[in-house]
Amino acid sequence: MQISGAQMVIEALIAEGVDTVFGYPGGAIMNIYDEIYKQDKFEHILTRHEQAAVHAAEGYSKASGKVGVAMITSGPGFTNAVTGLADAYMDSIPLVVISGQVPMSLIGTDAFQEIDAVGISRSCTKHNYLVTDAKDLPRILKEAFYIASSGRPGPVHVDIPKDVTAQIASFDYSIELGLETYKPHTKGNPRQIKKAMEAIAKAKRPLFYLGGGIINSNAAYEVRELVHATGIPAVETFMARGTLSHDDEYLISMLGMHGSYAANMAMSETDLVIGLGARFDDRVTGKLSEFAKNAGVIHVDIDPASISKLVNADYPIVGDIKNVVGEMLKLSSSINPAKYTSWKDTIKNFDTLHPLTYHEDTDRLKPQWVIQRVGELLGDDANISTDVGQHQMWTAQFYPFSRPRQFISSGGLGTMGFGFPAAMGVKAASPDKVSINFTGDGSILMNCQELMTAVEKKLPVINIILNNNYLGMVRQWQTLFYDKRHSETDLSVQPDFVKLAEAFGGIGYRVTTKDEFDAALKGALEKNIVAFIDVVVERLENVMPMVPSGGSLFNMMLLEKKEKKK
Amino acid sequence: MEASERRVISVIVVNEASVLSRITDLFSGRGYNITSLTVAPIPDSKYSRLTIVTSGSVRVIEQITKQLHKLIPVLKVYEHADLVEKEMALVKFPASENITDIATLCAAYNGKIVNVAENIIIVMVADEPKRVDNFLKIINKYNPKEIVRSGAVALER
Ligand SMILES: Cc1ncc(C[n+]2csc(CCOP(=O)(O)OP(=O)(O)O)c2C)c(N)n1
Ligand SMILES: [Mg+2]
Repeated sequence: MQISGAQMVIEALIAEGVDTVFGYPGGAIMNIYDEIYKQDKFEHILTRHEQAAVHAAEGYSKASGKVGVAMITSGPGFTNAVTGLADAYMDSIPLVVISGQVPMSLIGTDAFQEIDAVGISRSCTKHNYLVTDAKDLPRILKEAFYIASSGRPGPVHVDIPKDVTAQIASFDYSIELGLETYKPHTKGNPRQIKKAMEAIAKAKRPLFYLGGGIINSNAAYEVRELVHATGIPAVETFMARGTLSHDDEYLISMLGMHGSYAANMAMSETDLVIGLGARFDDRVTGKLSEFAKNAGVIHVDIDPASISKLVNADYPIVGDIKNVVGEMLKLSSSINPAKYTSWKDTIKNFDTLHPLTYHEDTDRLKPQWVIQRVGELLGDDANISTDVGQHQMWTAQFYPFSRPRQFISSGGLGTMGFGFPAAMGVKAASPDKVSINFTGDGSILMNCQELMTAVEKKLPVINIILNNNYLGMVRQWQTLFYDKRHSETDLSVQPDFVKLAEAFGGIGYRVTTKDEFDAALKGALEKNIVAFIDVVVERLENVMPMVPSGGSLFNMMLLEKKEKKK
Repeated sequence: MEASERRVISVIVVNEASVLSRITDLFSGRGYNITSLTVAPIPDSKYSRLTIVTSGSVRVIEQITKQLHKLIPVLKVYEHADLVEKEMALVKFPASENITDIATLCAAYNGKIVNVAENIIIVMVADEPKRVDNFLKIINKYNPKEIVRSGAVALER
């Protein structure tokens, strides 16, 4: 088939089974947009900012497990999208992002809207391509989808000069992939797996340390089986929320900087860490030299570079979690689940001593209550996205997650402005679930223009703004570590969020009481259009407990015990 | 801090656009050192071979090799233990210096005079990088005008 480069892009997307593309047109990518106009196999969602297009593609990918696709033009279109690429790279989200580029003949001449896009994206993508000839396009696009979704997933960027999109060449998508230099390991070494299982059988206080790799590898249900078969308690990282259901008796909670006391103490007391798809991030480990100090370490990960990067692994296993956990399950009969009663009691005692909770001691709503309330009312029926800040940590702490891919949040990069566009992508991928975005009064303004997209494309995301009139997370650090010098974090000057939503054709509510909140949520669900629920919450609430940056996990700042008020 | 050691790493990569930037970006982005880097195509293949001299703790060197492996166009990474290593240097001297002395020294370091002009002579030596260091120290007194080193190349024994 002899077709143009632009047509090849369309044909490849169709061949890859893409049903939704997020993007924003411009000069250098117009040939491709012309072909988008002519086709009806996939939907194009026009976001109102390129950053939002990539975040929406991330949300779409995280909710569906498929590769997310975004398209942007050259120059500023591309640079606007960079934050999205970096975000997807840090959180290992499979994306193919296609950008237009100035014609080949103009590359290097500082042409209008020219930027060295592959030079910029090199350090924040898994791989990237500058296409110099249309005949390479079928192979490059096929490789891009394969690289994005295999091994440790990640974003792949394909930069296509305008004249290449016009060039005619032969298109055959059934070509074999070359890539003899790229062969991700998926099967774990059986001898290592056996040794690891022997170590587990010997351990007295083993602990599963569950990471986001489990969700990427679609292994949550296998991991649940393994946890139940072995009877070993588990902690989850922020990225792994929903791997075990919130009511699973073996789930302690989240660990790390804002993890529960019990989770962090269990990690400090364990004699064997069983790490599955987790990367020992500094927000998780605290002070490295004190982290799980007396424990052996089993580390299963598809990325060899994650193993022994920060914490030395005694039992390194390179492989796909789903695969390796399947093999571990076969050997799990050697483990006696009844053995860990006293270990589990110890952990229970930690939890009784300092449970994950908060005090309802002011007239204002507590943000944690709002999150728990949504959990009570919607639970499994909602997918939960967040922005970045205190509200994000409270969501991870207090929402009752019951399944993988229910929680979508920017973990590695911590990108304010991620939540709303991501929640649109989630809604596009998973229309039968309610799409909630817990956000802050700071974050929501970083992509609020997406109200327009949500109205136009009927993506009824419910944005719950936990409004503390602060860049709350930064304010918290200033309160705790900068002697209350709240430098440039006071957001007392605010828009009218109700009117803002309404101006775009969405719906807005401002609530100050529990009853008003219930009514607003009910209203937003019934109206089924994009909503802002502006919830006035306690301004100075802190996220607790907390491991101060660089401190040891067992040295947490704790929620002050409540004094009885008369 | 763990002790930092000099290491030689060879990398076989697909010969394609921007592959060298991928490698140097990886080093600069992750804060690794490059002491020297050489690259040339491998005859009759679509691959090139890079020789990188770097330094770091055992953990850092392990990360470097793993991160290199992760780059898509990288075929193989060898972190050399037992290797033959050579480096070349070219040095320009004023013709007024004692040419006989210089020539004798060059011979001791596997080299010779390669160019003689009216005012200058150019010599080359090819030896282990440590010995090239030595040579350059010794010839200092002959007022070298310009020195260029090639960076090391290495083969596993
Ligand atoms: C793009 C970006 N800029 C700055 C930051 C630093 N930062 C982290 S949390 C935060 C405050 C967020 O405020 P808000 O959205 O109101 O959430 P809150 O913490 O109040 O719940 C800031 C500024 C960031 N994470 N991302
Ligand atoms: Mg706030």
